[in-house]
Amino acid sequence: MEKVDCIVVGGGLAGLSAAYGLVSEGLEVIVVERGDYSGAKNVTGGRLYVSPIRDIYPELWESAPFERHVARELVTLMGEGASTTVELASDRFATAPHQSYTVLRARLDQWFADQVMEKGGMVITKNRVDDILRDESGRVIGIRAGDDEIGADVTIIAEGVLGLLSSKIGLREEPAARDHALGYKEILELPPGVIQDRWHLNDGEGAAHLFMGKVTKGMMGGGFLYTNKESISLGIVVGMQTMKDRREKVDSYTLLDEFKEMPQIKPLVEGGTLVEYSAHAVPEGGIAKVPKLFGDGYLMVGDAAGLALNALITVRGMDFAIASGFYAARAAIDAKARGDFSAAGLAQYERSLRSSFVLKDLQTARDIPHTIENPRLFTHYPQAVSSLLEKLFTIGPQPSRKLSSTVISAVRKDFLNPTTLRELWAMRKI
Amino acid sequence: MNIEGKLGLDVFKIDKERHITIDVEVCNAVCTNKACLYVCPAHLYEIDDQGNNTVNYEGCLECGTCLICCDHRALTWHYPRGEYGVQYRMG
Repeated sequence: MEKVDCIVVGGGLAGLSAAYGLVSEGLEVIVVERGDYSGAKNVTGGRLYVSPIRDIYPELWESAPFERHVARELVTLMGEGASTTVELASDRFATAPHQSYTVLRARLDQWFADQVMEKGGMVITKNRVDDILRDESGRVIGIRAGDDEIGADVTIIAEGVLGLLSSKIGLREEPAARDHALGYKEILELPPGVIQDRWHLNDGEGAAHLFMGKVTKGMMGGGFLYTNKESISLGIVVGMQTMKDRREKVDSYTLLDEFKEMPQIKPLVEGGTLVEYSAHAVPEGGIAKVPKLFGDGYLMVGDAAGLALNALITVRGMDFAIASGFYAARAAIDAKARGDFSAAGLAQYERSLRSSFVLKDLQTARDIPHTIENPRLFTHYPQAVSSLLEKLFTIGPQPSRKLSSTVISAVRKDFLNPTTLRELWAMRKI
Repeated sequence: MNIEGKLGLDVFKIDKERHITIDVEVCNAVCTNKACLYVCPAHLYEIDDQGNNTVNYEGCLECGTCLICCDHRALTWHYPRGEYGVQYRMG
């Protein structure tokens, strides 16, 4: 069996980040990617937070093919008949160094693969890894792809959210509906000038817009809209278990069609040319569902390790993927220097993730996954906020009430009741 | 645009070898929920004239939602072989 220092299963952001770190230190690396090119099988809603990873491979980000830096953040709470939008236009977000960028994965991942290959790394595309190989002691010793077996001192498992290969051999659990969401979206092309006019953006600036409530018919999840250079990404993320639990079943794909027809969305997508429809699973189990991250001869990174965080108004995963790849590479490099690729020799990986933002932020957010399972977050609250504001803005034929009376009666009705108070109290944990 | 039209915009390299198979016996005998019918964002599952669940694997977006949501392990699901399946141009 041919043998190299390191094999990376999957050429997405986590795997490529690991490979980049390894080749930069002169290790021999083979990335095996099943798509025609890196990114061919990958989907993002739309945004990469660069701030947390700026110091990781600082030379890379200046030339990365990002779409737009996000200068405007919008959140819309959609009730029946009324919706409320909060819009933040931040000078700080609009000024370099930019906190986050909208991205398209086929472009970003291909570029990243090119960077790895320029450094001398090998990225083999169009090849599906069929098995992660282990010896009698259980130590991971390489991979099988079709008729080829390749051995490695360290196998970096970056196979993505489904974890088919690693769960097959018991390195992690099979994915469960409760811990995953379905994300799907359309890419709609629009001229850059139209995008900038519609979202009030200067050249190069982008908007990120999230939608909660009616868009998912009360199921956990929401809508999203990100502006790219010459297109927008419009989609929905919805919890798998909430789809299964809903009494009246909803065909997932119809949610997006209905979303597009809503009066809040229709004028925004007007004239857009649909060019691609895509879907992907999203890990949402939080830190409780992060599997064992390393063992004899292997390290697990990115979505395969459940490293993603939906904190309602910020949704992250790609920054965790890149950072976990970086720390995996560091651990493998040190293991090689010591000649110890056992679990003990690779344990540094988890320690560095624990002292970095990756596991710290997941730990901080440990109560979010079960808190946001509450369906009333997607029904009652968007409705209550929008109804209150609608009352305040209404002038009818009858004499108006005092502003304070309107607020007090609405707050009494919608917020000062035992259920809501208990829920708001529970939310202190997030 | 209907769902078939949307899928028509994507690049698929279709393998003659199916990457999803349904264990129709399990599906018919024990599954009452049949989540695959409504969770699939490409709407690929349907019940045929004989009352059996079928899947048009050719239009699969490879998200794995059907697999994750299947309560009875009635699906054999793996990624298409290298070179096959959906190839996103944007992602």
